[in-house]
Amino acid sequence: MIRLTGLTKRYGSFTAVDRIDLEVPQGELFGFLGPNGAGKTTTLRMIAGILRPTAGKVEIAGIDIAKDPVAAKTKLGFIPDRPFIYEKLTGAEFLRFVAGLYDQEGPQIEHRARELLALFDLEEWRDELVESYSHGMRQKLIISSAFIHRPAVIVVDEPHVGLDPKAMRILKDLFREYVRRGHTIMMSTHTLEIAEGMCDRIGIIQGGHMRACGTMDELRANATGGDTGLEQIFLRLTGENAAREMVDVLDA
Amino acid sequence: MSSTPDFVPGVSGPVASGGERADGGLPDPSLLHLLGPKWLTARARSLDDERGRTARWIVLGFFGLIFWAFIFGMLFRLLKYFKGVQEIGPFLSGKLLGLMLIGFFSILLLSNVITALSSFFLAKDLDMLVAGPVDWLKLYGAKLLETMLHSSWMVVLLAIPMFSAYGVVYHGGWYYPLAVLFVFLPFLAIPAVIGSAITLLLVNIFPAQRTRDILSVIAVLTAGGIVLLFRIVRPERLARPEGFRSLVDFVTVLRTPTSPFMPSEWAQRAIMAWLDGRIEPLPFYLLGTTALAAVVLGALLHRALYDKGFSKAQESGGRQARTGVMGRALHRLFSPLGVLRRELILKELRLFFRDTTQWSQLILLAVLVVVYVFNIKYLPLKGEGMTFFLVNIVPFLNLVLAGFVLASIAARFIFPGVSLEGRTLWLLRSSPMPVKELLWAKFWVGTVPLLVLALGIIGVTNYLLQVTAFMMAVSILSITLMTFAMAGLAIGFGTLYPQFETENAAQIPTSFGGLLFMMAAVAVIGGVVILEARPVYTYLSARAYGMKPDLFEMVVGFGLALLLCITATIVPIRIALTRLEAVER
Repeated sequence: MIRLTGLTKRYGSFTAVDRIDLEVPQGELFGFLGPNGAGKTTTLRMIAGILRPTAGKVEIAGIDIAKDPVAAKTKLGFIPDRPFIYEKLTGAEFLRFVAGLYDQEGPQIEHRARELLALFDLEEWRDELVESYSHGMRQKLIISSAFIHRPAVIVVDEPHVGLDPKAMRILKDLFREYVRRGHTIMMSTHTLEIAEGMCDRIGIIQGGHMRACGTMDELRANATGGDTGLEQIFLRLTGENAAREMVDVLDA
Repeated sequence: MSSTPDFVPGVSGPVASGGERADGGLPDPSLLHLLGPKWLTARARSLDDERGRTARWIVLGFFGLIFWAFIFGMLFRLLKYFKGVQEIGPFLSGKLLGLMLIGFFSILLLSNVITALSSFFLAKDLDMLVAGPVDWLKLYGAKLLETMLHSSWMVVLLAIPMFSAYGVVYHGGWYYPLAVLFVFLPFLAIPAVIGSAITLLLVNIFPAQRTRDILSVIAVLTAGGIVLLFRIVRPERLARPEGFRSLVDFVTVLRTPTSPFMPSEWAQRAIMAWLDGRIEPLPFYLLGTTALAAVVLGALLHRALYDKGFSKAQESGGRQARTGVMGRALHRLFSPLGVLRRELILKELRLFFRDTTQWSQLILLAVLVVVYVFNIKYLPLKGEGMTFFLVNIVPFLNLVLAGFVLASIAARFIFPGVSLEGRTLWLLRSSPMPVKELLWAKFWVGTVPLLVLALGIIGVTNYLLQVTAFMMAVSILSITLMTFAMAGLAIGFGTLYPQFETENAAQIPTSFGGLLFMMAAVAVIGGVVILEARPVYTYLSARAYGMKPDLFEMVVGFGLALLLCITATIVPIRIALTRLEAVER
């Protein structure tokens, strides 16, 4: 469903993403991990068609996004990490607007919008302007908007930021059920427990390179030093074990 | 620039545990420390190597100097003339100064009320400052200075050539600038304190979001009122005393707007006495003490009400928006265009009309149009010296002026369109919507109201001018084509020079791209008028002398004007499309 071939992004002399090859098949929830500035967001924004790759190819459901962006994007729903929504639209109007971008309208969309808003406890806020929403409520609205047109693929960057425990649980169930129905989700996150508990496969990126990719069992099997948890594997792979002595830092 | 210093508002000294300073005292950041980030931001901006920055400063500097020279020149001539008038000369100059200062005072008061709302209640740094151990008085001082600076810079820029003209004509001497400074600083401080206090009271009554809406409408209505009043008073009559029945009438008119209790009156008295070679201490004293007393009273009011007001300002004042009859009618109206286009148009309209800071400016626009029509109505087009040509040239000039009005409206409302999408481009770019649809919606949502306005202005003014059918047809066709060209240019330049990070739409037209757009718009208006001048002249001459007009000349002239407008409409939009497709955000 998502295929990346030699995907590269350079900003001047800085290489943010370096020749990434990846295939996320239909019906899989893929977790994308990496330290800050590793290239996760850049990769996801290239998949969403917002950034143009310097080299390489992105295919969504077999369609090359560079060759036929409209067809590829029709299959896609994107949830960015720091989303901005039109402040002067209401929640319901925003969902209607997003559906309109995918040329969808009518009672089915209205029904789906109501269901999604109800799922995230936003039903009472549907006619309130977005400017009065809290950060978490905006995040819920954005997540709802990615599902409004029933895309085959959802690409999501840090979806858990600002969500309450109940919404986190709903999101987890929603993602799992969506994938079970044959759709594909690629998700970046910093919450390793979530990645470990939710994802079918996990990729770890650092410095623009894919350092490891596979199921938890595969990652464990490849890990040296007897690491069993995702946190140890992540820290070992990304070199974060070289953290300073806490005592030295606090005494500084 | 990444020269972020170790600024932690609230803490200026070495910190020990629990926020106490190493020397045992409580943290007490200075006023300068609180203002530090503003200064550093301004410095970083000035060093930023943004595209076209130098060119923008050169162009702005050039136009600024022309503007200064114009104001100085006008006042210089007027004051020279007044100086030559026996007996009442200095009286006239003083009254003129008083009038201008009263104008400044009203503008300052209004602008301070609006700015105070942002700086005291809505600014992004307030969470940090209010949460930090910052003394209330220093917070007040810092925010008052910020408010005063933001609301007064334009008035100061206007005042420089004005005071210079007075100083030069009346030989103010070397210390004159110092005297002006002593007068003008308290003159700026008083409205800043009063404006901030009004805002403080308003925020304590209404939630901040509502207060902003109320203020923007009040501000625009007041500004419109001032413009209307100014036009109705017709100040140009003051320069023509012969138009009055007697000297008594004239002096009565001069006396009308001033008052002994207004700071503008004190400032005028202090300056005029200085220019007369006397130092009158009372007005200086009144200005200084009033400013100080105002700051003290303002600070006390701030201490009593700010905490409650700030807390209230954090309330969003939830706002519902249900689809009413109008919404449903528009939905039906735009449905034939398809789902995507309809939703794009409806989104544009909703965002515009729900943002009071946007639509309230339409009130000011309406006032300006009324003033424009009013001026046309009072043009002395009948009587001696008014030839057939002169009467027909006026509608032609009317076309130019209407074109300028349209260009400035396009700069304010159409030019920022693409910039305002900056933070939502993630949604539009990740959707299958072709970029051209976005530009299409922005073009038509901007062009249709602009065209209605353009045809309205031209139709009414031409009716008042009683122009011939030929001139009416030329005007209407030309203004229609020019409107499309203005909208095309605004979309084009707005996309080529976007300001994606700006939150305030009103600031976008003053960017470098905005300036380029205005220059291009003026060039197109000038081009159309020049191209049409010859065929219009040919036609009018032929009519005046009873001959047949040269058809070839007319076809070439009007044809080229048509070509220019079509090019100015299509080419910028095509460039914008390519540019927007390449934007990576």
